[in-house]
Amino acid sequence: MITLADMLTLSGVLFALAVAGIFLNRKNVILLLMCVELLLLSANFNFIAFSRMLGDLTGQVFVFFVLTVAAAESAIGLAILVVLFRERRNIDVEDLNTLKG
Amino acid sequence: MRLTGEATAVLVEILFYAFATLLVAGALGVITARNPVYSALFLVFAFINSAGIWLLSEAEFLALVLVLVYVGAVMVLFLFVVMMLDINIAELRRGFTRFAWLGWLTACALVAEIVGVVWTHGLAGVDVSKGFVPEPAGFSNTRALGEVLYTRYVYPFELAAVLLVVAIVAAIALTLRRRPGLKTQDVARQVAVRAEDRVRVVKIAAEKRS
Repeated sequence: MITLADMLTLSGVLFALAVAGIFLNRKNVILLLMCVELLLLSANFNFIAFSRMLGDLTGQVFVFFVLTVAAAESAIGLAILVVLFRERRNIDVEDLNTLKG
Repeated sequence: MRLTGEATAVLVEILFYAFATLLVAGALGVITARNPVYSALFLVFAFINSAGIWLLSEAEFLALVLVLVYVGAVMVLFLFVVMMLDINIAELRRGFTRFAWLGWLTACALVAEIVGVVWTHGLAGVDVSKGFVPEPAGFSNTRALGEVLYTRYVYPFELAAVLLVVAIVAAIALTLRRRPGLKTQDVARQVAVRAEDRVRVVKIAAEKRS
């Protein structure tokens, strides 16, 4: 039987791995986007676990919207990435300093 | 053969741990793979295992949507972009280990905190050591989800549709490229042309053949 603690622990491990991935691949925009997908996935695990635990479908509806927003986010992110690559011929985050922020 | 309730619970638990192990291994592969193509494939693997876990926790509709939308659309888009861009991987990997210690330290701290809170304190009012109550026989997760999605959450649902349209338009508008010097038809100019602009009637006096 899957317990709530199992699901929450798994989601926490997944979240931590995604955060570590952001530290490791901080120069590669594609890997950063993939790590964000992993973060969203771990958040979805929490929603599903609590939805099943409390017998309330709202959590699953929320996962549905998170999936929608994540799909839109990755589509626009990849479009920006393609434009960036056309402009610069590389995707190094350290070269993104045009705004001098 | 029908399994008894006890046997099913044990089987579900074994499958959960198997999927969870593969999921964590896949996530590790995503963040450490040398080649972005391998990272994308590891992410596909992680998503499929998550779908397995969601199936086990009886969120069938979302498990299928995860496979269809993520593996079928988003990850194909990722692979498409990774393979289309001609990236110098060695350059991007430079300094990979520079902040690695900080990353692993943060990850370990996060895991310790979350596990500590979940396993020692529990959550206010919720018993974390209880398993999920199995849904009654004949219960359809998709039907139940559809019933709330099209009634209580119909406006957010339509808003999500609008969001997807905006995302499509934004992605196309961003990547649309007008190359200079490309020879194309200008239909408006073709239609607007008049005979006087094109045809010139010239009267030439006939000459006598010598």
